[in-house]
Amino acid sequence: MATDNRPLSPHLQIYRPQLTSVLSITHRITGVVLSLGLGLVVAWVLALAAGPERFAAVTGVLSSTPVLLLLLAWTAALFYHLLNGIRHLCWDAGWMLDLRGAYASGWTVVGLAVVLTAVAWGVWL
Amino acid sequence: MAEFRLPKNSRIRAGKHFPAPQGASNVRTFRVYRWDPDSGENPRIDSYDLDLDQCGPMVLDAVLKIKNEIDPTLTFRRSCREGICGSCAFNIDGTNTLACTQAIEDIKGDVKIYPLPHMPVIKDLVPDLTHFYAQYASIKPWIRTQSPAPPDKERLQSPEDRKHIDGLYECILCACCSTSCPSYWWNGERYLGPAVLLQAYRWLVDSRDEATGERLDDLEDPFRLYRCHTIMNCAKTCPKGLNPAKAIAEIKKMMLARQSL
Repeated sequence: MATDNRPLSPHLQIYRPQLTSVLSITHRITGVVLSLGLGLVVAWVLALAAGPERFAAVTGVLSSTPVLLLLLAWTAALFYHLLNGIRHLCWDAGWMLDLRGAYASGWTVVGLAVVLTAVAWGVWL
Repeated sequence: MAEFRLPKNSRIRAGKHFPAPQGASNVRTFRVYRWDPDSGENPRIDSYDLDLDQCGPMVLDAVLKIKNEIDPTLTFRRSCREGICGSCAFNIDGTNTLACTQAIEDIKGDVKIYPLPHMPVIKDLVPDLTHFYAQYASIKPWIRTQSPAPPDKERLQSPEDRKHIDGLYECILCACCSTSCPSYWWNGERYLGPAVLLQAYRWLVDSRDEATGERLDDLEDPFRLYRCHTIMNCAKTCPKGLNPAKAIAEIKKMMLARQSL
């Protein structure tokens, strides 16, 4: 019987997004965002070493609204990735591995990430 | 490697519509994945309007009604109709479960039924589970011993030791969990997946088994075990309420405990 023409059943296209999978892929995406965003932070530090005029120029760019929004997203990614990383450490130790624990810790991580992002920006601004 | 789009021959086209009979008052639409290996065409979604007043309560009842009364070509596996054989595992309303234990009234809107995700389709709702079963065989799912069996009785187990396989032995190998796992979707050739790893753990913690070291050796591999990223779709979808994610975490802990000795 020919088997090579068999279709692949649909997967991502039809599987219902749920907290388990959404937070998992968010962890990965925020990891990538953090690596990319680190470029901005490094540019700022390099500008500091390059003298006061350079630093003022780069700070000016970083203070523009679009870049500030990017930095806001970057901070949110930082807190989410940090907190969810701790969640993963707990799982690796064998804690909170039931569905209830996964959901409770998942919502806690999301809530805390929002709160910490708000606090950080509230303190800086 | 992760391939997010479906291959060309797998993309789904619109299918046929079968309206409800005259006078039906309690109508629900069932949208069912169809693929006929003899047609040479792409898969399609056929929709069937059923009168729920003339249908049993479970999704399996509806699928059987379609096959018996509307479209006898609809192909699917089923056997026990009480959640113990694992045959009628489909993707229903976005998650994997057994059609025989999924009540229609618990689903809102149209009832969408697909085969288990990211599997080669043999026909309609029947996926090819050959590789899944081969992976199951690869973990040697039977008791392995060195010591001779007692001459006059079975190998006994204390009630406390027996408790260790609670939550594991109930698995019916329906493959709902493995086919809900994105890691298994992207790396299923080499990653064993939640169902098979839960079974691996079932033998690792069985007090009568004497091959724990060899079993761990066989799992010590970047793909076979460590593609689990604790996504937990497996535990979420298991129709028997089991927790493969926890079993896998316990295997990882056993690996670590063994290394630090």
